[in-house]
Amino acid sequence: MRELKILAIIVVLVGITYWGIEPYAHSKMHPHHEPATFAYSDLKAIALNGDPNKGQQAIMNNGCTGCHSIKSQNIPAPMDPVTASASYGVNPPDLSNIAAVVDHKFLANVIKDPVKAFKLSHKFNDKKPFPMPNFFGSDQDLADIVAYLVSIAPKEVSPKEAYETACGRCHNLRYDHWTVIGEEPKFKTEVEKKQFELKLAQYESNLKKYLGTTPPDLSMFIRSRGHEYIRDFVEDPQKILHGTAMPRVGLTKEATEKVITYLEKVGDRKKEKRNSLGPWVLLYFVIFSILAYLWKQKIWREVH
Amino acid sequence: MAHFTKANSVYEWLDQRLALTKLWKVLAAEYWVPKNINFLWAMGVVLMTMFTILVISGIFLLMYYKPDTKLAFDSVNYTIMQEVWYGWLWRHMHAVAASVVFLVIYIHMLTGIYYASYKRGREMIWISGMLLFVTFSAEAFSGYMLPWGQMSYWAAQVITNLFGGIPFIGDDLVIWIRGNFYVSDPTLTRFFMLHVFLMPIIIMMLIGFHFYSLRIPHVNNQEGEEIDFDAEAEKYKAGLKKESKVIPFWPVFISKDLFVLGVFMIFYFYLVFYHYDFAMDPINFDPANPMKTPPHIYPEWYFLWSYEVLRGFFFNVGPLSAMDMGLIAFGIANIIFFFLPWFDKNDEVAPAAKRGGFFIWFWLLVADMIVLTIWGKLPPTGFNAYIGYVAAVGFLALFAALPAVTARKKGLLSLVILVTLALYIAGYLEYTKALGNGIVIIALFAIFYLLFFLNPVFVKNRGGAQ
Repeated sequence: MRELKILAIIVVLVGITYWGIEPYAHSKMHPHHEPATFAYSDLKAIALNGDPNKGQQAIMNNGCTGCHSIKSQNIPAPMDPVTASASYGVNPPDLSNIAAVVDHKFLANVIKDPVKAFKLSHKFNDKKPFPMPNFFGSDQDLADIVAYLVSIAPKEVSPKEAYETACGRCHNLRYDHWTVIGEEPKFKTEVEKKQFELKLAQYESNLKKYLGTTPPDLSMFIRSRGHEYIRDFVEDPQKILHGTAMPRVGLTKEATEKVITYLEKVGDRKKEKRNSLGPWVLLYFVIFSILAYLWKQKIWREVH
Repeated sequence: MAHFTKANSVYEWLDQRLALTKLWKVLAAEYWVPKNINFLWAMGVVLMTMFTILVISGIFLLMYYKPDTKLAFDSVNYTIMQEVWYGWLWRHMHAVAASVVFLVIYIHMLTGIYYASYKRGREMIWISGMLLFVTFSAEAFSGYMLPWGQMSYWAAQVITNLFGGIPFIGDDLVIWIRGNFYVSDPTLTRFFMLHVFLMPIIIMMLIGFHFYSLRIPHVNNQEGEEIDFDAEAEKYKAGLKKESKVIPFWPVFISKDLFVLGVFMIFYFYLVFYHYDFAMDPINFDPANPMKTPPHIYPEWYFLWSYEVLRGFFFNVGPLSAMDMGLIAFGIANIIFFFLPWFDKNDEVAPAAKRGGFFIWFWLLVADMIVLTIWGKLPPTGFNAYIGYVAAVGFLALFAALPAVTARKKGLLSLVILVTLALYIAGYLEYTKALGNGIVIIALFAIFYLLFFLNPVFVKNRGGAQ
């Protein structure tokens, strides 16, 4: 009985200490921010009843493909990533599956006024214009373009594809051999390797000039930031890191979850193994403790 | 020379040469332990197990770890965590044991204090234990640096900087410790050596010494009862097991230890598999970046109390800067426990519950250390700074008060309490900026001292106690 009392005291004291260090101090160190809703309510709703055929025309007529590739429609990129980054700072995204990961209202607003939708007005203005110009066509044209992008987008994208479209042109993921210029190939010769590294270095240096800083590798972000932070951050980087060069990328809730799934697959690869081995080890020690207790009772009966 | 005869078995052959039977008697079968103990006395075996886990898992990690600032982070987070078979398990076991071992050390230490197991012949047990605590701290800190994450780097920056506060040689000492003008590759490499070689060897030697120091004074017990171990052992050997106050380590004591250990291992492996993140700061999963200071720099939870003693002093007094006072207090906090056997003036060995004033003193100490630990992690801004000050001064005051408490000198105790209160008031005035500088504080001190010496009640009490 006395031993249970001692145990209770220890558990309570350790519990108080733990609570104070972890949830309490943690909440004081990280200022509270609103959780992500993915509503993008600051953006103007645009009627989304466009005609995909007209949208396809509009994309051609407005010169979108002068910068953007649509590989699924056999429209190749006009420039390789490194050259593109030298011109624009970053390689413009391929539009094949953009509508599958980006919120449609957000997509229309990005085409209309990228700086506003991306929340980058602290970085781009009349003196330093954003590489992608505003769209001056009608709202109907916008709706048509979005309708076209929706029509060509796949119904379902994999977690990895979601990451590549949303984050992959700025953030390396070295634990999955992903670089900002694409998947790192298997090199046959040292020369090939060095050439690839040179391209990567050139791209990264252009990116740094464009953003003012090198975007971090995200391999360990699932451990260093955790699910909740990543979700809220993706929805609106400015909300958490004021003045960051990272644009709001406008992902849907589902696409964000996919990005997080992928980050977890890369940064916490052994989660399943942990969860499957854990119960067995615990079971072993439960049995061990029971046997130890019975042995103790047997032996102590002689001395008490 | 001893006489050797032809042995009839391998055991006999070894027994003649290594005295196995005698060794077993001395170490286990006739190593006498009081019967009258509770599960807190099993913490030694728990610690030994944790240390063994640390050594073995550490050896596996060592096979793949690279002590190079360019490779360290990935060797831990990619090679060990993802490529090596069960590397993740070894790493989590190592990290969780490194954290949990301190929880058990603190329980072990506070048990020793509560039951007064540090006095009357048991001083060397206490001192060797405290030496183990200090070396474990150095081991933990050098290990925390190795993954070369953000907190590894910045904690190293802050901790090595502390040595700069030592008069005259401080600045050179910092460079000498770092092996460079700033924390960098040589720093990592030497801390690697400390972590995997020098510190473990010292720890192992100290563990041996700690066990050895138990042999003559023997383990204390729940009531602080003085036991004649030889006489009681004779009773036990004569078959009077129920009457004897002692039990042999093997198999009686160990059977209870194993049960406690089993329950503890359930807790430990629960943490390893389902809550390993409690032992690993998320910020340390960002690679070290000397160009980017994290918003908050704090040590692991087990150092927070002494870190808060360091941070607690937030204002300058005359020529003494807040940093200097913090450093002095920090230095004191780190060695003061060594002197506990001499600060405690009472010769009586008994649990705190039977020692009146000491009982209150003990729980105040525990409460103060918990407050220090929690506030050590909170941002030191606003009212938090003042609470940190109160707790830090309180910690020093508790040790200043201990001789008075245990020798029952009310006058002396009142003096300590008055000075502490004066410091609290001065700190509060400083915090609210109601009074600007340290001269006022010193004046306050003077007033309290005068009040004390002029007050006939205190003077009388002091005389009366002697």
